[in-house]
Amino acid sequence: MTTARLQVPNRIIEGDVFKLRLLVQHPMDSGFLRDLEGVLVKRNVIRHLQCILHDKEVFRVEPTTGTSANPLFEFYLRATRSGELYFRWVDDKGYIGELRHNLVVEPANQSQAPKS
Amino acid sequence: MLLPITALKRCCVFWGLAWLGMLVFAAPLHAQQRLIALDKLQSGLAFTGPEILDLQADDFANPALPAMDKGAKLWKQVAGKSDKSCQSCHGETSASMKGVATRYPAIDKASGQLFNLEDRIRQCRQKNQKASEWPLESDELLAMTLFVTSASNGMPIKVSVEGKAQSHFEAGQKIFMTRQGQMNLACTQCHDQRYGIKLFTDKLSQGQPNAYPAYRIEWQRLASLERRLRFCYTGVKAEVPAWGHKDMRDISLYLMWRAQGLSIEVPSVRK
Repeated sequence: MTTARLQVPNRIIEGDVFKLRLLVQHPMDSGFLRDLEGVLVKRNVIRHLQCILHDKEVFRVEPTTGTSANPLFEFYLRATRSGELYFRWVDDKGYIGELRHNLVVEPANQSQAPKS
Repeated sequence: MLLPITALKRCCVFWGLAWLGMLVFAAPLHAQQRLIALDKLQSGLAFTGPEILDLQADDFANPALPAMDKGAKLWKQVAGKSDKSCQSCHGETSASMKGVATRYPAIDKASGQLFNLEDRIRQCRQKNQKASEWPLESDELLAMTLFVTSASNGMPIKVSVEGKAQSHFEAGQKIFMTRQGQMNLACTQCHDQRYGIKLFTDKLSQGQPNAYPAYRIEWQRLASLERRLRFCYTGVKAEVPAWGHKDMRDISLYLMWRAQGLSIEVPSVRK
């Protein structure tokens, strides 16, 4: 069972470059470490993680054993229009994790309102 | 004749001081004597670097947070033959579990044994919920312990070392003061006498228990105070007691007494 947390700014206005942070709960077992009983833990890392927006891949990462447990991915996107952010990741055991987030982009305001 | 007298005086003063010094150092430790004054107590955070401070303060990236979520979920989850969740009996943790973590380890009235918070949760799960056992150091037990502990966040530690707990306290204090292992070191030598000094690349802390269960970067997961203590045993190359050993509970009690007044700090991150 893996869970993930996503952080996006509260308010996104068209044209903004905003930061996304995704924290995936995953042991990222490197295959070199032993558990508390001294048994070697089999390698199990996230192999592939991607983010899709408007049917287009906007971010992809292929982590390896060098990435820590519960990895935090941070990247930037430029907001054009609202849509669904879809994250999908696969680990060595074949587990597929998913996260969906409804991205709301406010149209650029004509009356010079201060951006949040 | 003047010179020898002065010398004699000096001599007397010297031996007098030396004798006084011996008296101070040889004096037996009083049962409840504090080696670090209450106003000198410092959480482990004071000895970590800025990266750890930032990571712990980050409401999103703090790696202990997924376990908090898991604990919150488990709290509401119905389990076992009783068909009850923790919430069915205890309600919200913010009310029922407030301050609980500041009082553990404590004597269990039924068995007369010293229980830490993990033991209490395990017992409740087994006896009242009639559900499958959570092994020590399992993800579920740590998540639940963290969640219950978080209800006491910011509250000062105050354990009882009276009555039946007294013998446990004394045993814990004795272990803390006794040299052991191939390195022949006692806990007190690093954590009372040399905190703040560097051991390899890291500063020695006071060994305060106020932030456990903590996410340990080195182990890449949440860890209990017991596991941390076991690690110190390995550090001084001493024989590590079995999981759940009475010695570990005794030291925990001593540590919590020693940390009196420090506030509970979870979810926390440690190197």
